[in-house]
Amino acid sequence: MGRFHRHDDGTVHEHDHDGAEHEHDGAGAHGDHSAYATGPERVVVLERIFDENDHAAQANRDALDAAGVRCVNLMSSPGAGKTTLLAHTLRHLRDAGLRAGVVEGDIETSIDADRLAGLGAQISLLNTGDGFGGECHLDAPMVARALTRLDLDALDLVLVENVGNLVCPAEFDVGAHERVMVFAITEGEEKPLKYPVMFRSVDVVLVNKMDLLPHLDVDLDLFRRNVAAVNPAARLIEVSARTGEGLEEWHAWLTGAVHADTHSPSPAG
Amino acid sequence: MHELSLCQSIQGIVDRARDGRPVATVHLRVGRLRQVVPETLSYCWGLVTEAGPLAGSVLDVDHVPVVLDCRDCGERTTVADALLLTCGACGSGAIRVASGEELLVTSIDLAPRGPTAPATTPTTHTAEED
Repeated sequence: MGRFHRHDDGTVHEHDHDGAEHEHDGAGAHGDHSAYATGPERVVVLERIFDENDHAAQANRDALDAAGVRCVNLMSSPGAGKTTLLAHTLRHLRDAGLRAGVVEGDIETSIDADRLAGLGAQISLLNTGDGFGGECHLDAPMVARALTRLDLDALDLVLVENVGNLVCPAEFDVGAHERVMVFAITEGEEKPLKYPVMFRSVDVVLVNKMDLLPHLDVDLDLFRRNVAAVNPAARLIEVSARTGEGLEEWHAWLTGAVHADTHSPSPAG
Repeated sequence: MHELSLCQSIQGIVDRARDGRPVATVHLRVGRLRQVVPETLSYCWGLVTEAGPLAGSVLDVDHVPVVLDCRDCGERTTVADALLLTCGACGSGAIRVASGEELLVTSIDLAPRGPTAPATTPTTHTAEED
């Protein structure tokens, strides 16, 4: 089972990737392969890079299930309106008698957490600014740390507000049962095609800032078709976090999610 | 830019697999649907391993194309460049991803003696099934 390989220097060659030998005779054509000439020992690993994260995510889901808590991972690009929407949602949940917790991912500040204070929810702030200048997503071990600061037994629902980014958060299962993205119509109708991994990963797309529709050239039908092209199963809910339009449908969906059977969680969250 | 945290995970996997021995090359299989930029990954690998025992080791990325099986017409097609997940034969959106979501450390090559000198050019593979 030979494979053709094209190296950055333009060299193309073929060899078997599964064998222990990896010798190249090309008179030093591949600088990075020079070590092979001395017959390196190859150790077969075959380990998924996300294994550690996925195990931690499952542990989070198990802990949430044990406490009877449902968890929703809320993702979006920066400025799509996640925090405003969350503020409305927390008020609604409080009035509906549902006990909510929030895991708030923010690179450096507590600005978003401060905006959500006083709405009846337990809030666990996760600053992701440690290490190399700030993570662009929340991963399962980070959320595990945040969950330890919430009293799960006193909650019905945990909302994870992920870091604003349409690429990285899609890749990391944090242990949620449902995945929701907030999409502002100002972002453009082609985004599902440009970020298919994110749009493919979610159960619900909250189409936000609908109050701006009369002022924009956005083609909403095209956007709906583009979402359907990458994720036919996604549910679209059109809302305006500013005017409150459409929020009943979102709240009804969320309430349904809280009461969903905890024994049939979606495979990734 | 999740390449940095991927490198931290890769480092953990390699550290367990190498069992104290020096490493020359880490071989990865990365599907194109993973939105990983191989050059960025190699750059981040340099940052993450800089001060430790894996300093100077290089990543060898087998970048696997996205292959789709169509549920409607039954064709298997390879996605050219844009990440449009529709059947290349009939255009249907009812597809199953056959490959392109891989993300794993396949193997490591141990260094014969001590860490190798830091490499300046990352090796990138464009793999095609024969």
